[in-house]
Amino acid sequence: MFANTDLQHLLFGRLSLEDIPFHEPILQVTFAGVAVAGIAVLAAITYFRFWGPLWRDWLTSVDHKKIGIMYVILALVMLLRGFADALLMRSQQAIAFGANEGFLPPHHYDQIFTAHGVIMIFFVAMPFVTGLMNYVVPLQIGARDVAFPFLNNFSFWMTVSGAVTIMISLFVGEFARTGWLAYPPLSGADMSPGVGVDYYIWGLQIAGIGTTLSGINLVATIVKMRAPGMSMMKLPIFTWTSLCTNVLIVAAFPILAAVLALLTLDRYVGTHFFTNDLGGNPMMYFNLIWIWGHPEVYILILPAFGVFSEVTSAFCGKRLFGYTSMVYATVVITILSYLVWLHHFFTMGSGASVNSFFGITTMIISIPTGAKIFNWLFTMYRGRIRFDVPMLWTVSFMVTFVIGGMTGVLLAVPPADFVLHNSLFLIAHFHNVIIGGVLFGMFAGVNYWFPKAFGFRLDEFWGKVSFWFWTIGFYVAFMPLYVLGLMGVTRRAQHFDDPSLQPWFVVAAIGAGLIALGIGAMIVQFAVSIKNREALRDVTGDPWEGRTLEWSTSSPPPDYNFAFTPVVRGLDAWWEMKARGFQRPLQGYKPIHMPKNTATGVILGVISIAFSFAMIWYIWWLAALTFVATLAIAIGHTFNYNRDFYIPAETVRRTEQRRTEALAARV
Amino acid sequence: MERRLVAMTADRSMRPRVGTGSARRILQGFVLLPLFGLLAGCNLVVMQPSGDIAVQQRNLILASTGLMLLIIIPVIVLTLLFAWRYRASNTAARHDPDWDHSTGLEVVIWTAPLLIIIALGALTWISTHTLDPFRPLSRIEPGKPIAAEVKPLEVQVVALDWKWLFFYPEYNVAVVNELAAPVNRPITFKITASSVMNAFYVPALAGMIYAMPGMQTQLHAVINKPGAYDGLSSQYSGSGFSRMTFKFHGLEGDGFDQWIAKVKQQGSELSRDAYLELERPSERVPVTYYSSFSDGLFGKILGMCAVPGKMCMHEMMAIDAKGGAGRESRENADRLQYDNRHTQRGDEPPGATTPASHRAPKSESPDSDKTHEGSGQGHSAPDQTNN
Amino acid sequence: MATHATHTLAGDRMSGADVPDFLDLEGEHHPEGSTMLGFWIYLMSDCLIFAVLFATYAVLGRSYAAGPSPNDLFDLPIVAVNTSMLLFSSITYGFAMLAMERDDLAKTQLWLAVTGLFGAAFVGLELYEFAHLIHEGATPQRSGFLSAFFTLVGTHGLHVTFGLIWLVTLMVQTRLRGLVPENKRRLMCLSMFWHFLDVIWIGVFTFVYLMGVLQ
Repeated sequence: MFANTDLQHLLFGRLSLEDIPFHEPILQVTFAGVAVAGIAVLAAITYFRFWGPLWRDWLTSVDHKKIGIMYVILALVMLLRGFADALLMRSQQAIAFGANEGFLPPHHYDQIFTAHGVIMIFFVAMPFVTGLMNYVVPLQIGARDVAFPFLNNFSFWMTVSGAVTIMISLFVGEFARTGWLAYPPLSGADMSPGVGVDYYIWGLQIAGIGTTLSGINLVATIVKMRAPGMSMMKLPIFTWTSLCTNVLIVAAFPILAAVLALLTLDRYVGTHFFTNDLGGNPMMYFNLIWIWGHPEVYILILPAFGVFSEVTSAFCGKRLFGYTSMVYATVVITILSYLVWLHHFFTMGSGASVNSFFGITTMIISIPTGAKIFNWLFTMYRGRIRFDVPMLWTVSFMVTFVIGGMTGVLLAVPPADFVLHNSLFLIAHFHNVIIGGVLFGMFAGVNYWFPKAFGFRLDEFWGKVSFWFWTIGFYVAFMPLYVLGLMGVTRRAQHFDDPSLQPWFVVAAIGAGLIALGIGAMIVQFAVSIKNREALRDVTGDPWEGRTLEWSTSSPPPDYNFAFTPVVRGLDAWWEMKARGFQRPLQGYKPIHMPKNTATGVILGVISIAFSFAMIWYIWWLAALTFVATLAIAIGHTFNYNRDFYIPAETVRRTEQRRTEALAARV
Repeated sequence: MERRLVAMTADRSMRPRVGTGSARRILQGFVLLPLFGLLAGCNLVVMQPSGDIAVQQRNLILASTGLMLLIIIPVIVLTLLFAWRYRASNTAARHDPDWDHSTGLEVVIWTAPLLIIIALGALTWISTHTLDPFRPLSRIEPGKPIAAEVKPLEVQVVALDWKWLFFYPEYNVAVVNELAAPVNRPITFKITASSVMNAFYVPALAGMIYAMPGMQTQLHAVINKPGAYDGLSSQYSGSGFSRMTFKFHGLEGDGFDQWIAKVKQQGSELSRDAYLELERPSERVPVTYYSSFSDGLFGKILGMCAVPGKMCMHEMMAIDAKGGAGRESRENADRLQYDNRHTQRGDEPPGATTPASHRAPKSESPDSDKTHEGSGQGHSAPDQTNN
Repeated sequence: MATHATHTLAGDRMSGADVPDFLDLEGEHHPEGSTMLGFWIYLMSDCLIFAVLFATYAVLGRSYAAGPSPNDLFDLPIVAVNTSMLLFSSITYGFAMLAMERDDLAKTQLWLAVTGLFGAAFVGLELYEFAHLIHEGATPQRSGFLSAFFTLVGTHGLHVTFGLIWLVTLMVQTRLRGLVPENKRRLMCLSMFWHFLDVIWIGVFTFVYLMGVLQ
């Protein structure tokens, strides 16, 4: 490219044209697909003249509702990427036996399973959870936004930056080949030279900043912004689980940031934290990463528990059974989740007493979790259950999750873990709880709150199609993995010698295919619902006979959420308002104080991508430039004191008037 | 005793209106789906192991699963039952929209899991201690304690990139990618690794334990039935990981002595230089016998000082324990460099990615000079039918 | 919630069914004062980063890799001077806050400047110490102990540096806009940040330097 390699190094670091996988058919097809889809989207935006609204109303928005929706869109897009990785892995493992090498060499296969794990946890499950919390929590507590609206926007864009950084590794260079937690010494500078682990480090570090700040934001929101009268024990249960999740985020993600920073120093500076030699200690990484990693799984599951609680109570037409014990169970899980991290590496040889301590603390978590399951069960008891899509997901979750919970407790018994650890049994277990718990919860949540966010329901038929494909596909895909685990088959293998294993892998691959149909049905569901939105329209704002405050406002809610701040007098505030004949006031509106949109978040996000790209490829001038630019823009942002405005009472009146008319037209 | 107690309480907890019937049978099918494998007659080695330790671990899995099913099955049954019974279309079912608390039920739903966890916790505490891999065996099989004069067979295990090296100090032989032990004689494995972490795992024999560079883990086990069993690395370690497998032979009678004799006869010496060549990354290395090995080689590998001139870990730790070597100790740093030897020797490190891997991204590049395929093959044994 | 108590609650009037019982019609419910809580939570999360670094130092602090130990390297008098710089800066920041309470812009600015000077002296001395160590061959690459040492102390130093940038920014902003509520809030946040770094430093001084040399 350049005659002068020094100049090339100065300008492009270690990046050269050879690092772009032009020759690789899978990547060519992917790139073509992404390019075509991207151009189509850009063309559509241009055709519908959507650039202005997109920028003004969405990208620069500090409205928690829009940010929440954008998080969920990010999660769905990344789900497609992560699931494509899953299909590749399942196909490879279904054919690579004996003489057949399959279609993925280890060098590529290893990147795929690493990317799959990273993407599914950090860029599917996390944005899904954060998105739902962002959307729902302020509405449930009767607030007009989160405590720090700009920070919320910034957090979102940092998460996007991390996702984009990881996605770039698909087309420029390679991703890590270390597994999703990048254990040293394998991930160290000497064992994994090259850009793979650097993509991992910077992608996660940047997204992690976003997550931490978003956690701080939501904790402050829930503590400070609740509607008058909403004491802690009157908090809707989803808000409770969100509070615990965000406390966990604040208390866990800094640890991830620190441990990634130490790994970064090992790789960039040559320090000896996790090296084999010169006094380093790789086992410390295992401990630190799992002190973050174990709370992380509760960060994901608690909001799902919250969704199930809301859904069960709404669709059973009944108060949630055992609210108090539900709250205490959540808090106990939150605390205990810090005392179990070592169960992820019993096989490191910590000694019997240490292992059994962590094994037993792990089992103890199943007690409050069990109590929660019973609470849902007894909410259904003497209920009047409507099996709309969210409730279907909930019942499927209850059956699936207890199986995953059982295998989890089994893995918590150290001697049992010695034969099951790192096997496909373990893989089956955590997919059992993450798909059957987190993902089912998020799908229930999306189906449940979609009408709130967009003013029309999701199509029921395609929702059910998707549900059945997902549920059956899940069992077909993962039950064989339990069996394979009991056959002593380990995870992350690109090839197997024993042909007698093949039928099980073929069944698992078929299961993945069924899940693919489930995802397809979900996309169809969105498309059909948008097409039929007038038929599916809900003008009441309360399509499910809801119980909590988010159902008291219009769908979609106005920018200011509530024309008047609700006053809470009990649990299930909206239910009580309805029961006591609540009437919407039609006058007396006041100007409403709101935060202004700002482009700073998007700009910082874009610069962060450039910064991480520069760090990954050793383009030092760009790294320095973008770092200084980040500081300058952040400081510059603080010089803007004009960050809020008032929505005039007249505008509020007109908005509310429209709702009044819509409600009247319905009758 | 404890188990019976739990069973009784759990029974009581499931008493309210449990419908027995087809739903339950279907459900048990669901829960027990993994066990269908047993019926299909495939090789569920974890469930049908051949070593006493693995058998005890299997029994523990069954006992814990049984304990947990006491609560899992009722929950699943009740879920489906309630879902069916209280469906909106069934207006005959009682609807009680404000019923949200029952102290009695609350007590039951917290104590039932609690009791099971108490039982399981006790089981865990005891079994974790008795099955601690670091703990020497006390029996060969149920009812067969180990006689005092029996000396365990010591095997020193090194996980290399990507093959296994086994030392038999008692016989002064070493083997790559094949392991053998006499039936019913206790085995003590001392395990380490050369560059990255792996896990040593023979499912039929006993549970796995990590193999870590510069550190030694232990595993005590015994094989009770003769046969050839699969062994593998169960901790991902880079490109050649999938093929880091070996056969473990449980040999009866004088089979083991014959095997040792064969190794002696067919093998050559594993010198330090030969080890350093063997240590370089390679995949699919055939079974290789070494009739003898250089003195204290395993200790040097463990101390990360197999390369002449390097400082061993225990020397370094002795110096550190005395408060370090002071400011003028720069040469010690060079003597302790260890992780950089792949790059120094021109080998591709186990996790290298572009541009450091010098391959085209995401592929096995044909023109790149690949890892040193099967280095050390010169000493390979002709007898590979064994494998 | 103190802010809630000040609102007139429509429902408290106990009026008939036609009056909206469930809305706050009068008050403009827009609670301020989340900033302090939010910033405090941020500090706690930052504290966890330091906790990890302290734990790392505890694990690696004796791994000299047959190299120099704290006894060979640390120069307690310099560290003592350094520590006093930071402690003084905390006191002077306190004076700045007192001046701010009195709405005395000039005094506030003056004390902020003094704080900044102390902080800069601290960072300068630390850089001098680092340069000296590196010159002697005691680099972060030399051993696990030195990696942990440089990272723990360096991370603290980096925080102080960012604190200084923030402090200068606030001096400019108070000059431009005076002691408006936003600026007071920001000064409060920086105050918490500055004292937090002081507390962390006391931990570093005790745990790394004193215990390192006295062991």
